[in-house]
Amino acid sequence: MAEQTQILKVENLHTWFRGDGRIARAVDGVSFTINKGETFALLGESGCGKSVTSLSIMRLVPEPGGKIVQGRVNLHGQDLLQLPETQMRDVRGSRIAMIFQEPMTSLNPVLKIGEQIEETAVRHKTLKEGQTARQKAIELLNAVGLPDAQRRYSEYPHQLSGGMKQRVMIAIALAGDPELLIADEPTTALDVTIQSQVLQLLRELQGETHMAVMLITHDLGVVAEMADRVAVMYAGQIVEQADRETFFKAPKHPYSIKLFESLPNRTKRNQRLAVIQGSVPSLATEFKGCRFEPRCQFAIEDCKNNVPVWQSFDELGEETGVLCHRFDPRFESQFSEPVQKIFDAVAQSDDPVTTRGFKELLKVNELKVHFPIQKGLFKRTVGHVRAVDGVSIDIPQGKTLALVGESGCGKTTVGKGILQLISPTAGSVNLDNEELTNLAKHQMRQRRKDIQIIFQDPFSSMNPRMMVADIIEEGMVAQRVGGDKQKRQTRIDELLNQVGLSPEVKYRYPHEFSGGQRQRICIARALAVEPKLIICDEPTSALDVSVQAQILNLLKELQDKFGLAYLFITHNLSVVEYLAHNVAVMYLGRIVETGTVEEVLENPLHPYTKALLSAVPQVDIDSERKVIRLRGELPSPANPPVGCHFNPRCAKAWQECRNGYPSARSVSPTHSVRCYLYQEN
Amino acid sequence: MKAFGPYIKLILALILIVFSAVGIAQHTDVQLKVLWTDALVYLLVIALLLFAIQAKSKEHLRGPWRHIARRRIAMSAMVVLMFYVAVGLLDSVHFRKALERQAGQTQVHYSGEVLSLLDVVATALRERQETTYSAPFATHAYTKEMLEVDGRQVRDFPRLNYGGAHLNNPEEDKLSDIVANSSIALLEALLTSAFFFYILSVVLARNRKTSVREQAIQILRFRTELPWMIMFLTFMVLLLCVFLIINLSTKYHVFGTDKVGQDVLYLALKSIRTGLVIGTLTTLIMLPFAVMLGIMAGYFRGWVDDVIQYIYTTLNSIPGVLLIAAAVLSLQVYMENHPEMFETLIDRTDMRLLFLCIILGITSWTGLCRLLRGETLKVSQVDYVEAATAFGVRHFNIMTRHILPNVMHIVLIAVVIDFSGLVLAEAVLSYIGIGVDPAMISWGNMINSARLEMARDPIVWWSLAAAFVFMFVLVLAANLFSDAVRDAFDPRVSRSQ
Ligand SMILES: Nc1ncnc2c1ncn2[C@@H]1O[C@H](COP(=O)(O)OP(=O)(O)OP(=O)(O)O)[C@@H](O)[C@H]1O
Ligand code: SF4
Ligand code: SF4
Ligand SMILES: [Mg+2]
Repeated sequence: MAEQTQILKVENLHTWFRGDGRIARAVDGVSFTINKGETFALLGESGCGKSVTSLSIMRLVPEPGGKIVQGRVNLHGQDLLQLPETQMRDVRGSRIAMIFQEPMTSLNPVLKIGEQIEETAVRHKTLKEGQTARQKAIELLNAVGLPDAQRRYSEYPHQLSGGMKQRVMIAIALAGDPELLIADEPTTALDVTIQSQVLQLLRELQGETHMAVMLITHDLGVVAEMADRVAVMYAGQIVEQADRETFFKAPKHPYSIKLFESLPNRTKRNQRLAVIQGSVPSLATEFKGCRFEPRCQFAIEDCKNNVPVWQSFDELGEETGVLCHRFDPRFESQFSEPVQKIFDAVAQSDDPVTTRGFKELLKVNELKVHFPIQKGLFKRTVGHVRAVDGVSIDIPQGKTLALVGESGCGKTTVGKGILQLISPTAGSVNLDNEELTNLAKHQMRQRRKDIQIIFQDPFSSMNPRMMVADIIEEGMVAQRVGGDKQKRQTRIDELLNQVGLSPEVKYRYPHEFSGGQRQRICIARALAVEPKLIICDEPTSALDVSVQAQILNLLKELQDKFGLAYLFITHNLSVVEYLAHNVAVMYLGRIVETGTVEEVLENPLHPYTKALLSAVPQVDIDSERKVIRLRGELPSPANPPVGCHFNPRCAKAWQECRNGYPSARSVSPTHSVRCYLYQEN
Repeated sequence: MKAFGPYIKLILALILIVFSAVGIAQHTDVQLKVLWTDALVYLLVIALLLFAIQAKSKEHLRGPWRHIARRRIAMSAMVVLMFYVAVGLLDSVHFRKALERQAGQTQVHYSGEVLSLLDVVATALRERQETTYSAPFATHAYTKEMLEVDGRQVRDFPRLNYGGAHLNNPEEDKLSDIVANSSIALLEALLTSAFFFYILSVVLARNRKTSVREQAIQILRFRTELPWMIMFLTFMVLLLCVFLIINLSTKYHVFGTDKVGQDVLYLALKSIRTGLVIGTLTTLIMLPFAVMLGIMAGYFRGWVDDVIQYIYTTLNSIPGVLLIAAAVLSLQVYMENHPEMFETLIDRTDMRLLFLCIILGITSWTGLCRLLRGETLKVSQVDYVEAATAFGVRHFNIMTRHILPNVMHIVLIAVVIDFSGLVLAEAVLSYIGIGVDPAMISWGNMINSARLEMARDPIVWWSLAAAFVFMFVLVLAANLFSDAVRDAFDPRVSRSQ
């Protein structure tokens, strides 16, 4: 291996949090090295200590609870932990810079973005000879690909979209000419199309400046796309470290193996996803054995009582290795071996639902939801936000329709329009041959049991002041299902069992549960009224991969059992591949392409669908995929572009595209697309 | 059934108290008299007890209180507050004594004077009236009078009827007498607190299942989970004050006397109830309006919101003092025209006090209402409210089950913060003559009378000083406590878990 210049060497770092008489060992002996020009990815589920590791490197651990108790952080051989705070301030921003997940909160809302960039540049004296601060700022804004840098210079953060803010954050980070950029989940808050733009930008900048990047993420796809080296973190420790090829070809630690298995995709369509049982242990426990032991499929007796030691693979360097007894010469022989039981469920030969026959359940026709824009003292309506502007979808009984699209394109609003939580401006919503939009309030109230909703954020979808039993019971009482009090209680127990929770949790409050468990309770709550259709609004996007797998399994199982139909709103295309039967792609309030999963994902026709599909980071590192990059961002639904809404961003746009919105063109009985590239029939 | 246990206990305790009160009243020739404000105070106490029982079983309510219970300053402030509350409650049990039966009378007649339990406890203070002003610890009056000394007419300071009356040689003996009495008080305070300390240790040791000795050491070393030692020290200081007062005030006028010779300490003690009633009943009266209207405005929006906003903006734009002045003055006129409606003087003053609470409540609900509207706007956007709507839950249920519990912290914070403001408001309003009835004892009236006293020469400062000290301690304690409440309940203040 060629000798490279080491930039950062972290040795045996321990960062602990004290509070309430307990010690949480958030980072518990982490070592790694980052070389010049390299991208080092730190991968792990939420709460495993990724962010604390990066904050420790910057010496920004929140006081007074947190403290770096042990370890060294060498930047070019100089231990940062020994530096006085005044010198450390010079290191931050100039030698190591950092960008965060939430660009909104990391920019100062009252300063022009140009000034914020200048500030860093001036502070760290990176201006070139004869260059004014303003020139430098504009140069950087150009470098991060912000269109119209001159004008943007004097704009304020709230005038920018999420993707642009993240670009500005990167510009600020670059202003100090850092040797190392720490990016903490830089694209998690962004859409796939924007995410691919930002990742591309990071790669280009890295090529030009040869800075090292430490990328913190939970997304295996992003890692596969960006990283040179990968470290997997679990419960405060690095459990596996390797270069990208080695890691993706053959993950070694049982946890890494499980992570790969729990990713949904098309090939696993008819199987259950592998799940990691249990949950991440509390970091406050004193570990006597392997931290992963309770969840590990390979665990042996010795794993319980012996703390694993780092096993490096010498041929690949000291730092490539795993923290697992399976690779420890002392225990190796005891493992009966590599039961490579990758998929732990039997593949089901056939999709059982297809045999059920098609019976139309929901028919939405030309649904429109317009929000008035009101201005002035008398709230005059000056225009409309056309959040949903003529959407037609059908969902047969027992099927899943996935609704995909960028943030802000109106997916949630479609869901709420169907539920009549927002009264639609026009169009019809027909459930079981009954028109919902014409129902009076009290009639609608009685019909509500048929459609239910599961929200994205499991933390805000349950009243924190109510017990689980009351939460589940509420719908039953309001809809008068489930019989008397006694029967309802039995039913609650049954429901909790169905979603994989024990009935004892009834008398607990939502805050006592993890995100995945809460989402299960929400599912139980929806099931309580025996709905025919459940609208799932990004039910797994706030969850970790392994938990996501559990929820997807559950949803699939319930569908098979009760013949439920789902409207599955998501932007995660691998989930679509795994779960959906039909797909509708939405762009700026309209459906641009719809068809079966096979049709749309294997043979996308609309340029937008193609771009969307290509932007998804792939875990398969061998796949040769060409990313179609979209220019710019989603336009405002208040005044959509004339003609085809997609034309300002479309690579294939031609004259005719400005002549009006294209009508639907059917390619097959189930597949239709709205684009002038295809013949009308 | 288990969940109802505490409620049953509470009901039994209440029944017991009512029966024993009636029983005692019958056997001691007194007639209980429940004033309007008394009734409301009892209601408030019951409501608080119910709330406490509820809070015990709900983690989201218990958690913040536990947090408060660990804060030293807050708990020390609470001990002081409890002391005030105890005095206030004693002063809220009123009765009339039976008059001596005249010959030939068959019916018992009751005295026109309504007394409270506090009056009985402080009989010594109440009845030892001088003729006019006297300074704290004085043995002689503050103004010269014509006296007859050895048959001659002299203008001099006369001896007081009660203050230092036991001394033969006031000039020489006074200081040593005071020191001696104070020392006794100190000794008594120490002994009593040692006794209480023992009791505390025993009780805690029983709960924790440790030995009494060990528990006592834990407390002394500040090692208990709740700051018992701090609370105990505060209690000791208060106890010392009590004993000093008991020992000294029976011999002297600790805070002097006022124009008509009333002991100022007695006035300051009687004022406590007035202050507490204003501080609590006002909120109690305005709370239903503020909560109901605030939540409705935020939840329904649209025209409901417009109407409610219109009402409170209009109310807000009328200066509160004007409204209060108009209301109080017209009440005054009404009362003067209908003297037959009020059996005793205290009935009248009480009615005016209640009326003041109501009018203060009307002028002060808007702030809380606006806060609640804002918070409701936020809460009703949250997914769980939408989920409830998707289940077809009725509006009323959504408001009471989902929104109210989630904005309750705002109500609580507002109530404790308003308290001290209202106590001060009473003083200001009475000072400008539109507060409580001039015949009612209150800090505001004491300060009002101090206006003239300060203009005298030599000045009479002690009424003002006493009112100031008593009010200051109460408001300070209330503010310290409300700070802790805000910290604990305000979700924006992050606290280390
Ligand atoms: N109550 C409202 N008033 C005004 N505009 C609204 C309202 N709700 C949504 N919008 C606008 O409607 C558009 C579509 O919003 P919607 O929430 O349906 O998007 P989405 O596709 O669900 O996005 P995401 O993926 O971020 O959840 C957005 O431009 C949004 O700003
Ligand atoms: S040490 Fe044992 S329990 Fe831990 S990951 Fe390895 S095999 Fe599993
Ligand atoms: S209609 Fe034109 S602009 Fe719209 S997607 Fe098709 S080619 Fe692109
Ligand atoms: Mg949405």
